[in-house]
Amino acid sequence: MSGPTGKPTPGWLAALPAGWLVVFFLVPFAIMLGVSVAHRVPGGFYEPGFELASYARFLTPFFGKILLTSVALSAGAAAICVALAFPFTVILARMGRRAQTLVLVALLAVLSLSEVIIGFSLSTLLSKTAGIGNFFAWLGLIEESRAYAPSFFALMTGLCYLALPYAVLVLYPPVSRLDPELGEAARIMGATPLRAFWTVTVPMLRAPLMGAGILVFVFTLGVYLLPQVLGQPAHWTLSVHITDQAIFQSNLPFAAAMAVLLLLVSLALVGLTLLLGRDRERAA
Amino acid sequence: MSGAVRTGYILVILALLAAPIVVVAGVSLNAEQALLFPPPETSLRWYGALFTTSDWLVPLRNSLVIAAASAALAVIVALPLALHVWSRSGWLARALHTLGVAPFMLPPVISALGFLVFWVTIGMYGQMTATIVSHGVFLVTLPVVTLSLGLGAMDPSVVEAARTMGATRGQVLRTVILPLLLPYIVSGYAFAFVLSLNEYIIAYMVAGFTVETLPIKIFNSLRYGYTPIMAVVAVLFVALAVVVFGAIGRFGNLPRLLGADRVEER
Amino acid sequence: MTDLSLQGLSKRFGAFTAVDDISLDIPDGSFVCLLGPSGCGKTTLLRLLAGLETPSAGRLLVAGEDVTDTPAHARGFGMVFQSLALFPHLTVGENVAYPLSIRGRPKAECRARAEELLALVQLDGMGGRRIHQLSGGQRQRVAIARGLAIEPRLFLLDEPLSALDANLREHMQVELRQLQQRLGVTTVVVTHDQKEALTMADIVIVMDQGRVQQVGPPMEVYRDPANAFVAGFIGTSNLLPCDLREGEIAVSGHRIALDPADRVKAAPGAAMLSVRPEDVRIAEDGLPGTVSFIRDLGESVQVLIDHGDREITALYAPGARPEVAVGQKVGFGFAPGGRVVLPA
Repeated sequence: MSGPTGKPTPGWLAALPAGWLVVFFLVPFAIMLGVSVAHRVPGGFYEPGFELASYARFLTPFFGKILLTSVALSAGAAAICVALAFPFTVILARMGRRAQTLVLVALLAVLSLSEVIIGFSLSTLLSKTAGIGNFFAWLGLIEESRAYAPSFFALMTGLCYLALPYAVLVLYPPVSRLDPELGEAARIMGATPLRAFWTVTVPMLRAPLMGAGILVFVFTLGVYLLPQVLGQPAHWTLSVHITDQAIFQSNLPFAAAMAVLLLLVSLALVGLTLLLGRDRERAA
Repeated sequence: MSGAVRTGYILVILALLAAPIVVVAGVSLNAEQALLFPPPETSLRWYGALFTTSDWLVPLRNSLVIAAASAALAVIVALPLALHVWSRSGWLARALHTLGVAPFMLPPVISALGFLVFWVTIGMYGQMTATIVSHGVFLVTLPVVTLSLGLGAMDPSVVEAARTMGATRGQVLRTVILPLLLPYIVSGYAFAFVLSLNEYIIAYMVAGFTVETLPIKIFNSLRYGYTPIMAVVAVLFVALAVVVFGAIGRFGNLPRLLGADRVEER
Repeated sequence: MTDLSLQGLSKRFGAFTAVDDISLDIPDGSFVCLLGPSGCGKTTLLRLLAGLETPSAGRLLVAGEDVTDTPAHARGFGMVFQSLALFPHLTVGENVAYPLSIRGRPKAECRARAEELLALVQLDGMGGRRIHQLSGGQRQRVAIARGLAIEPRLFLLDEPLSALDANLREHMQVELRQLQQRLGVTTVVVTHDQKEALTMADIVIVMDQGRVQQVGPPMEVYRDPANAFVAGFIGTSNLLPCDLREGEIAVSGHRIALDPADRVKAAPGAAMLSVRPEDVRIAEDGLPGTVSFIRDLGESVQVLIDHGDREITALYAPGARPEVAVGQKVGFGFAPGGRVVLPA
């Protein structure tokens, strides 16, 4: 007998992808965990050992400031992105299939763009010679063209540019599955469109909105390049410091410890989103 | 909200998203080695330069090889995974699914550092193979997601029907499942290809100093000397993404692929 | 010759028993309908026959050969799925020829056989079409043709007509039955529609809660239900609790003498009286009731009568419509020979 029917692949075949991902995805994390408690050899790599020296550095004010910067930047970007993306997605989901496809192609094209290219494009847009400075000067709004980057504004713009398509695509499935007749029912009962939106659409999508906010937060926590291109050194985030420690300071244990911290924060938040999703399913 | 306001909102957001790309496209047409917008004199010389300057030709080739190979790797791993998870339940299937979805969900800088220490440990740091495998693992999520959607859209009784008509498991896979999944395999590959092409941090950490890819090259140029070729690459990447996703939208159902249930033909 | 033999077949999913110890012998060439409410186990039983589920206990024999452990693809059966399960990536002809091509038959033979089968279901010349170009009824025929492609030993159909609208469904019932008679293939159809079962079947198997409630020719099952479930499920039945004594029954204190043509299947004591609507009569000296509704269906007239907490349905030919009005107090009784006394 060839086993239960309806199963297109034999059970043992799963060992291939499972083994592959364990070796090349889980093992690297295990090694990273090991490195984070290893002993640093200044000027070289590290030697095996068990010490919490790298983690102890988390307790310094310098590190506290980095963490605060990262969290504040990500939280700000998450709030702005969800606020902009939500009405966008609601409108998008009510459009015809052709129009939806065109908008989705545009969003995917932006989403797939490398941080490097987005950073470069925005720094060009905000530059003195090729950007909106020229445009504003031409309009007569300002005396002469000036650069708007690097600055906090430029960095926040960059983060939102990066995360907005992502926020829309995360919100897209739940919003498009929302029965439009619910809103219509509210309209028939006398609610204005705006009131129907606030009293029906928003409450029904509270959990997906929270989920989208958290996912954008995690997504922007991982941003490592925009702070360097669009921001000032004061805006360097945890991710930038991880790269910096690993590549330029050759302090792998400290980089690994920071990555472990970032991993734990991300996992906790992603877990929270999954939990939110499960509650919603149970409620439905 | 009237129709005009709604359309207006969508258009304003899209215009904001397009603005930097428009500026970069303009910059790429500069005749001189300067990043001016609007360009005082226009020329396509930098588009030619990308394909003739070995400085840029090598990263271009590296990027294409890595993207093509890693996307293939991602699909090869994702296919048996998605099939297994689709046809079975239980903790093993759930764990496998999580393992397939996780790589892309975490901030890539974490995976990048994980890959870095891994390749250093086994002595393959700085090799192109390391970049390819790392990208293949990082991007496995994309074909896993598209394939799961494709399998979810498939009527499970077609498999049983083929079985009752005498097809063995291998024949069912070859004559029914794979042909029906083909559009999802192709879109999964395309997603992974485009994202690998654009990926910076993993490529940089794993082999940034020896295997230069286009994003790494652009970033280095940001530091050590601007050239309109950077703009050319950006424009080409945008164009490629539009062509690839446009093709998926043209030949497949993009709204469905991205999770919409009800989309009316209009 | 006994073609299909089920011997103590059971299927359990965890603590739930979907099919509970079913034993049956079905003669060669029969058209069998598995009938029951949703969740009664009929689809699971069909999937056991097909080899798509492995039985928890029992054996399955086809023409004396034990096929219990034979996987679905090696049984040589034909099956039509509820969703039809046509392959969207293949043409109509390729769908029909699939069972042959999978067995490595030459292309020309596949094509010729597909044309032959399509002609059989009146789809001549449609072999080159795509599935999505066909109407619901045409898809139905393609699925049937495909199921018959290898001249199966057993032809299984799972609610095959449920997606069609009422008119087309009735038409297809007749067509399917005629086709089966012409080919003589043993056929098992799952349905929850009792009219469908009565139209097509030689043998009706009524199932409930994983068990067979009654097996027999359609009219026998209709006229002579084995228990209250079958009486209630097949057609419309008026069920009234009664007390069975020697030669008579008492319903709500009202004594009714039994006729020799009435069927008694219960032991004396508490029982259940089952009467078809066409056997209910308005009678002055009968049980008391109030007319609550009159439904004129053109081909017949239904009179609903409230009797305590039960509603009695009486059915008349248009010409025989009684002179009653809604709200009127009436007496009613039952035609001799139309009374079936079942175990309570």
